[in-house]
Amino acid sequence: MAEIVIKNVAKSFGSFQALHSIDLTIADQEFMVLLGASGCGKTTLLRIIAGLETPTQGEVWIGGRRVDKLPPRERGIAMVFQNYAVFPHLTVFENIAFGLRMKKLPQPEIDRRVNRTAELMHIEQLLKRYSGQLSGGQRQRVAVARALAMEPDVILMDEPLSNLDALLRLEMRAELKGVLAGSKTTTIYVTHDQVEAMSLADRISVMNGGKIVQAASPVEVYRNPAARFVGSFIGNPPMNFIPATRAANGQWQVAGVTLSGPAGPDKLDFAIRPEDLTVAPGGLKATARVIEPLGAHTLVTSDVDGRLFRAVLDSDITVAPGDELSLVPKPDRIRWFDPETSNAV
Amino acid sequence: MSPKALPYLLLLPATVFLLVFFVYPFAQIAILAFSSESGPTLRHVQTMASHWKFGSALGWTVLLAAVVVPIQLAVALSMASIVTKLKSGRNTVLYIFSIPLGLSDLAAGIVWLAIFEQSGFLNSMLVGLGVVERPILFLSYQNVWVIFLAVVLAEVWRATAIVMVILVSGMGLIPKEYYEAAEVFGASPWKRFLKVTLPMLRPSLQSALILRTLAAFEVFAVVVTLGGSTLPVLMGETFQWQFALQDRNVASAYALVILGISIAATLFFLRVLRVPKGATI
Amino acid sequence: MTAITTETDVPRTVESARSAGKFLFIAAIVLICAWVLVPIYLLLVNTLSSPSEVSGFPKTGIPSFDFGSIQFFLSFAGVLKALWNSLLVAVLTMILSIGIGAPAGYALSRFEFPGKEIFRMLVIMTRAFPLPLLALPLAVFFIRTGLDDTALGLAIVHTVLAIPFAVLITFSLFSGIPIELEEAAWTLGCNRLQAFRKVVLPLVLPGIAASAVFAFTISWNEVFAAAVLTIENRTLPAFLVQSLNVSPLHLKFAGGAAMVIPALIFIFAVRKYLFAMWGIANR
Ligand SMILES: Nc1ncnc2c1ncn2[C@@H]1O[C@H](COP(=O)(O)OP(=O)(O)OP(=O)(O)O)[C@@H](O)[C@H]1O
Ligand SMILES: [Mg+2]
Repeated sequence: MAEIVIKNVAKSFGSFQALHSIDLTIADQEFMVLLGASGCGKTTLLRIIAGLETPTQGEVWIGGRRVDKLPPRERGIAMVFQNYAVFPHLTVFENIAFGLRMKKLPQPEIDRRVNRTAELMHIEQLLKRYSGQLSGGQRQRVAVARALAMEPDVILMDEPLSNLDALLRLEMRAELKGVLAGSKTTTIYVTHDQVEAMSLADRISVMNGGKIVQAASPVEVYRNPAARFVGSFIGNPPMNFIPATRAANGQWQVAGVTLSGPAGPDKLDFAIRPEDLTVAPGGLKATARVIEPLGAHTLVTSDVDGRLFRAVLDSDITVAPGDELSLVPKPDRIRWFDPETSNAV
Repeated sequence: MSPKALPYLLLLPATVFLLVFFVYPFAQIAILAFSSESGPTLRHVQTMASHWKFGSALGWTVLLAAVVVPIQLAVALSMASIVTKLKSGRNTVLYIFSIPLGLSDLAAGIVWLAIFEQSGFLNSMLVGLGVVERPILFLSYQNVWVIFLAVVLAEVWRATAIVMVILVSGMGLIPKEYYEAAEVFGASPWKRFLKVTLPMLRPSLQSALILRTLAAFEVFAVVVTLGGSTLPVLMGETFQWQFALQDRNVASAYALVILGISIAATLFFLRVLRVPKGATI
Repeated sequence: MTAITTETDVPRTVESARSAGKFLFIAAIVLICAWVLVPIYLLLVNTLSSPSEVSGFPKTGIPSFDFGSIQFFLSFAGVLKALWNSLLVAVLTMILSIGIGAPAGYALSRFEFPGKEIFRMLVIMTRAFPLPLLALPLAVFFIRTGLDDTALGLAIVHTVLAIPFAVLITFSLFSGIPIELEEAAWTLGCNRLQAFRKVVLPLVLPGIAASAVFAFTISWNEVFAAAVLTIENRTLPAFLVQSLNVSPLHLKFAGGAAMVIPALIFIFAVRKYLFAMWGIANR
């Protein structure tokens, strides 16, 4: 049982506030992905959970124990560092066995665990090497294996696959998912890669500027972004936004088209994902600017009401730059955001 | 134990040690130089200043530093430039160049004594080549300037290595791109040295100059070995007063003089070679 | 290989100018090497000659491999004791300066804390002071504490000389080890001390050994303080400098060789670290 509860945690480095009052609960055995732009505080949050950084305020609980005053070794965690931290003076085998030896496990058990995790990470032929003789991606896999071998209650991974080539990454991703699903581990996983986040996560926490903007399932985060930032950060190409003005109660004027929306304030932002648009009469008037065929789909970057507007359309459509298009949004996929708070309405 | 206390705990031995054996003794020197049984006095300073050897000791010491340090700097710069240009055999050459670094000034004095003494190698060579008829007594009290020259040679021979090592490390920190950029803009090797290497080396030059100038003020054993007491220097006089004349107070006054010119030289180099803020690599 | 292709393209004059430059370059290297090595060679020639050859004239510059001088040196009253004292003081200096300096270097590299700059200033300030002069006031202090004329007393003064280097060098050594390695060890079940012992120590040990050798050399070579602070228990340099006016030439040269040869070995032992040490130590 290792539920992680983060209560009102904040962290400042001198006058710079890296984390603003974070509240987050990660259920036992959950796979939580932290997603966010570079410098938004993902590593800092991870390090606070690991006990490598002391929070300026707030509490951290793991498995019903308050741990924010405990040293890392007493928290039942294992961590994969963003820059690997593979011990240069030890072989790969001894690196993976390091924590197991600290636990004073019997040698056969150590051998078993090292071999198993090494196999999992496809580094079994590297066990005798030193870190200086490994590539960046191999080192990264040693770091992951070293954490997995601990069979910890909580595993914290800071961009553990960032240095692998696309193919290996795909493979490792599947392996990791399999291993961690089979174990009873609670996982916090930091990544920049949305696809990775989507495919691995039970839940995704999207961070921005030291705050958690939304923590929800991948589909929820994608479909119902809680804030403008989430919509524009997640999804490729990102969500389209157009300012809307109130026409009548529940009726909104968007680039000359009237759409039904929430009853509410005077101003809202209309939002739609590029793939939720179809070419049909009576839609938003768009002037095509750039046409990029992507195979199954064609990405049309156009101009609506003087704003950049992207649509992912069926590739059998023929458009040329300068063409006028009428783009109809799927009604149930339209989202609205408050321009003041930038939160979803 | 709270983690906040750990760094202080780790620094404690070094701090206590330096306070007891560095700060306090230097305060003691100042006190010794100005105190007598009957309270503060300038007597020791006057004794020192009026002694006939004081002026020449100060003069020779400063002159020695003024001659030795620039030569060392020039030679070390050439050595460092040569080493950084080397591709093969760099390590061997570096090792040989830095050998004298590990030698004491006493050893250096003895090494050069082997060359300069009357039956030494220089005389052997001069007589062998027929330049002179009989061996010359180079290091006699009539030849103060020859002794001075021998001391300069010994000091240049011994302590250029440390300057070179500091400069080579400093050159290693200069990114190659600067040279390449200068080359692209058409700077000749000499211009590159003047416009890129020297300005970027300023921090290293500064520490090398401070280190060497202070060491030059402390010159002692090499002078005693090659010249006995013919060539008086401050450190030698300090030793004389402490030992032969058994007058601690005057010795301390001498020490204060050495300390004074050392600090003056340090401040001078800190000022002249200061690196403007924001102009570091 | 590239040299061959360029040679065929380059016009004659440039080529000869280049090879002339190359010749000058190599000549300069040979000349400087000779400048460094020949004086040492000459000292060794004298050491390996009989006493009568040493004061004889003219010299050939070739050693006769007569061990008379060395025998005389080693059997001279007080020499063996001086050698032993030198060794003892140098080892004590080494232990003291690393034992005291390394924790400080570690603290400077790993922690941010109020007062850090003051300590740094204290260490750097030692460089503006002619440290051997410490021997003067400490002579009195040592008489009072019973440390006068002891190896430990002299080692303390030598430690003051060596500590700034020990602190700055170990600081740079520890700074070269990413803190993440230690942190990884903490997450894998180590406490601070265990992480230090299992991860940091193995990685810095060669460097620490190098700075220990450096401290040893500083002590081995120091003359002034040794001459002031020791009377009965002279170190080799103190012994040599105090008997300069009275000792025969062959004793001086054999003594000089006894000082030079260990120094050569020390520098050889730490050659890999020389530049790294000074690169950082002068920042
Ligand atoms: N020790 C520190 N001192 C001062 N500022 C720090 C420190 N560590 C992190 N920061 C700052 O805190 C912010 C968050 O850093 P953090 O490393 O958590 O970002 P991140 O989300 O992990 O970024 P990336 O994706 O690039 O790894 C950054 O702006 C960083 O500059
Ligand atoms: Mg990070």
